[in-house]
Amino acid sequence: MNRNILTGKRNYIADNRSILQLLIIAVLVFIIMALLNPGKFLTLLNIESMAYQFPELGIISLGMMIAMLSGGIDLSIISIANMASILMGLILTKMMPQNASSSQVMLFTIFALLISLLAGMMSGLMNGFLIAHLGIPAILATLGTSQILTGIAIVITKGYAIPGFPEMFLKIGNSKVLLFPIPFLIFLVCSIILYFVLQRSSFGIRLYLIGTNIKASVFSGIRVKSILMKSYVLTGILASVAGIIMTARTNSAKADYGSSYVLQAVLVAVLGGVNPAGGFGSVIGLSIAVLSLQFLSSGFNMLRFSNFATEFTWGLFLLLIMGINYFQSKRLKSIK
Amino acid sequence: MKKLLKQHEIVVTIVFFIVVVLIGLINPAFYSIGNVFSLLKSMIIRGILALGVLIVIISGNVDISFTAISAFAMYTTSKLMLAFFPQGGLLLAFAIGGLIGLLLGSINASFVAGMKLPALIVSLGTSSAIRGFMLAFIGVKIINNLPQSLIAYSRSYIAKFTDASGKIVTLPSAIILLIVTAAIVWFILKYTMLGRGIYALGGDSVSAARAGFNLTAIQFFIYCFVGFLSGIAGVLHSVFMRNANPFDIVGTELIIIASVVLGGASITGGKGTVYGTLLGVAFTVLIENSLIIVGVPSYWQKVVIGLIIVLSTAASAFREKIAKQGIS
Amino acid sequence: MGQVFLSVEKIDKSFTGVHALNSVSLKVNKGEIHCLAGENGSGKSTLIKIIAGVERPDSGQIVIEDKKYHHLHPIDAIHEGIQVIYQDFSLFPNLTVAENLALNSQLELRKKLVDWKQVNEIAEKALQLIDVDINLKRLVENLSVADKQLVAIARALMQEAKLVIMDEPTTALTQKEVERLFRIIKSMQKRGIATLFVSHKLREVLEISERLTILRNGQQVVEGDVAEFDETKITFYMTGRNVSTNKYFYEKKLNGENAIISVKNLLKENCFEDVTFDLQKGEVLGITGLLGSGRTELALALFGYAPADSGEIFISGEKRNIKSIQDAMQNGIAYVPEDRLNEGLFMKQAISKNIYVGILDNIKNALGLINISKADEIAESLIKSLSINADDSHLPVQTLSGGNQQRVVLARWLSTNAKLIILNGPTVGVDIGSKTDILEKIKQLAKDGLGIIIISDDIPELVQTCSRILVMHKGKMIRTLKENEIEESAISNILNSLD
Repeated sequence: MNRNILTGKRNYIADNRSILQLLIIAVLVFIIMALLNPGKFLTLLNIESMAYQFPELGIISLGMMIAMLSGGIDLSIISIANMASILMGLILTKMMPQNASSSQVMLFTIFALLISLLAGMMSGLMNGFLIAHLGIPAILATLGTSQILTGIAIVITKGYAIPGFPEMFLKIGNSKVLLFPIPFLIFLVCSIILYFVLQRSSFGIRLYLIGTNIKASVFSGIRVKSILMKSYVLTGILASVAGIIMTARTNSAKADYGSSYVLQAVLVAVLGGVNPAGGFGSVIGLSIAVLSLQFLSSGFNMLRFSNFATEFTWGLFLLLIMGINYFQSKRLKSIK
Repeated sequence: MKKLLKQHEIVVTIVFFIVVVLIGLINPAFYSIGNVFSLLKSMIIRGILALGVLIVIISGNVDISFTAISAFAMYTTSKLMLAFFPQGGLLLAFAIGGLIGLLLGSINASFVAGMKLPALIVSLGTSSAIRGFMLAFIGVKIINNLPQSLIAYSRSYIAKFTDASGKIVTLPSAIILLIVTAAIVWFILKYTMLGRGIYALGGDSVSAARAGFNLTAIQFFIYCFVGFLSGIAGVLHSVFMRNANPFDIVGTELIIIASVVLGGASITGGKGTVYGTLLGVAFTVLIENSLIIVGVPSYWQKVVIGLIIVLSTAASAFREKIAKQGIS
Repeated sequence: MGQVFLSVEKIDKSFTGVHALNSVSLKVNKGEIHCLAGENGSGKSTLIKIIAGVERPDSGQIVIEDKKYHHLHPIDAIHEGIQVIYQDFSLFPNLTVAENLALNSQLELRKKLVDWKQVNEIAEKALQLIDVDINLKRLVENLSVADKQLVAIARALMQEAKLVIMDEPTTALTQKEVERLFRIIKSMQKRGIATLFVSHKLREVLEISERLTILRNGQQVVEGDVAEFDETKITFYMTGRNVSTNKYFYEKKLNGENAIISVKNLLKENCFEDVTFDLQKGEVLGITGLLGSGRTELALALFGYAPADSGEIFISGEKRNIKSIQDAMQNGIAYVPEDRLNEGLFMKQAISKNIYVGILDNIKNALGLINISKADEIAESLIKSLSINADDSHLPVQTLSGGNQQRVVLARWLSTNAKLIILNGPTVGVDIGSKTDILEKIKQLAKDGLGIIIISDDIPELVQTCSRILVMHKGKMIRTLKENEIEESAISNILNSLD
């Protein structure tokens, strides 16, 4: 871990917020939520339920982190996920014959999964092209693509949700393997792979460097455009994986599902130590941060917070975290 | 000549006129006064919001919470007026709306100016917090019985015309608000040290501090002012719609930001003009309205608009890239 | 001289864990030309920032013409007549020359409204002060570096300045421009304006300054009349040790080996043309010239960043196409940029990471994953061999001094087994002690068979290091200096004779 010694240049985020701090926060949140919801929060049922729910946010947050590492952001991430869901919906409910045999279902399911991943990849390519090759700032580019993708999704679904996915497919989102919910396992696999990709592959190290200083990256021989493209493609693929889990869990595909996930993902990333300016962030930190958010989310749900109240809380928390970051780094600077 | 063409605003003006001509060729009904009035009307609220966005972008930042502030100010003003001043005048409504917007904007200001945090992420937070608060604790019901003064204003006009089919078309008096706002912003940007400070901040924040600009004060002004403008725009929106729907306005951030960028403002800061912004707003309004006239089904509108925005910002970014290479 | 204008007394300043200034004092008399010298990390920049009001001292006081301050705000400093010209000029690229010139005075007068007519008048007068003609309507971002500096100086002179502080003003200037600058400073002196010069270029210091203050490790070690100092003495005080400078002699080995690099008729439109030279093992080739001579463009073309339009490049005898940085790197060509901070290093990242970024593809294990411990090992050994002063290679590279930072960039390229290293301004912003060490290291590398091309306008540096010097002017190679021809006055004369 890099210990940061500040030499007078203002740094508003404590880089690589310590894992210990995050664990403490997570535990605290858990305890508070348990206390606020006696008898409901601290149950096996709830823990299991949370284990089914957090992976989709977790994977979206991982995708957001990758975009933020290079100093950018991906505001289209949930649109990509929904697009992936809808394509799967078309294949599995419209294309697949009504009384298909189980082997046919299996085939169609695999086909749908592949198409969904492909869609994620293509969307990521589109983002990457706009940002890396045309030089459009990430905010505008991804806001634009999110409009386009959501728009196409609305055109396809006319605003309605697509229900009626096959049993086999729903298993992905609702069953376990050896005590562990499948979504949880998928998240685990994704984060482990991502950990190695970011910390131990040349792509990952280069990505961090690009987020730190693009000019220096160019001069040290890094193919900046290529790495940026790859990073947005990676985010796109992660988005479609999240979409798969979302659809399998809820048995529906909609054009505007999970619209608050974008904000939550940024919240998770910033909480987990990702520096929005780029160059810093860890998978481990992010994973713990996601848990904190899930605890909050489930707890609020139990307390019957409305959607809007929850949205309010997320916004508030993001501001809170940034404020804390600021005061922490100020404290760090004044230590003699 | 070449130098003139390099000026972004000139290019957009030319493209604007080309598009106007093209659309007119496809559908001659486009050239009616009624249509012009309608376009101008659509520009009013967008324009006021865009002018606020312009100031933020010149200072080198992006703020996406202005629509949430606008909606909040609109809804809360209506509720307050109905509860306490049902006979209240137009001025009161605008004052309340503007004040609420200003206060909300000051939240942004505290984080961006006070704590030097990146405006985009802060505004993501404030946007959700403000909207969430409004919908969770203030209300979700559409308010239909607005104060009389607002309804009256929605009917007042400064120009009237009877078109070919005998229909009467009017240009709302609210257009004056847009003109006044544009004039004020133009004056601030060009003729006050505050305005030059905003450009300086966007051009090189370190040098701006060294030169002696009070950056904190400037940024405080920016976000409070944007909040104020958003509040006014919000109240105006309820006037035009003759209701206060808390779900309105939010969702138009992209097209407004894009209008400003289209109009020549550099997203990295330091550049942008009132003229360019108004042109950009006119352009996007034109495109949107034309889609309807040309017959694009509503489902497709989001896609088409998204595409146009992406393409035009791409062209803009591309041009900036070429210009940079030319110098080095 | 007359009375004292500025007296900085017993200033103390610390940042996290770093004691930047320790009871430092400095006196500048009215109308005096005073030099503040010191290595990187000596505290000069911090002291300047405190005088300018950008930083607050922890203790001590600042006395300006009998007025005592504990700390200053930038506006206070400006009110008192203190103007600072930073190395980056602090101009606004997106505003016009006129506006940049008038901005300070407008702010100082605490104006609220802008009177454009007045702005233009002020700007005109300012340019007249230094007898220069620049189009007021141009955006500063479109000006050349030298013109930008003139605007910065004009701006500083504008408002009844009584003391102008210049931070490394001659770095980007050609010989002629330096002379023009000195003339301006002297004319300022006649008007009673004092100049505080921060510089590491000893020659220039001795040429124009009257009094000298030297800082080392945050403390003032000596101050006095320049007449009592010579280069050796100044170097001694700045570094605390005696530093010697030797020339570099190259013995041509006639063993038929191919030149490391051979360039024929290289051309890039509007940058350079007809460039032909080769570089043998053991040679250190220097390329110099005035600003705009095309030397940096040539370096960037060889490195593939801005490839040449036509001509041939041979590496070890084989013709190569260099159309991208990756091409250059694959052929063993390395480039150490002049702007270390922005182009060379990842400031907030670890020292070791900055070093091993160049060899990421070579340290993978069987699974394709980077072997971090091996990477760190390689970084450590380079840190040792280049004598980089770093306690912990996992600290961010921004914690190192300028000289050490430059060595980190060198280390990175050495790790890639480069065949040819092109260094642009290798010791810009590097303190004296480090400077000689780096140049000695470069000579050693050349002796060991590494091709070295140095682009520089620091004449002593060129004389100390190169075995052959090419002079470029307006894109063409006009002179070559070899062996005994390499001498300061010879090079100076050539450069001065150019227009």
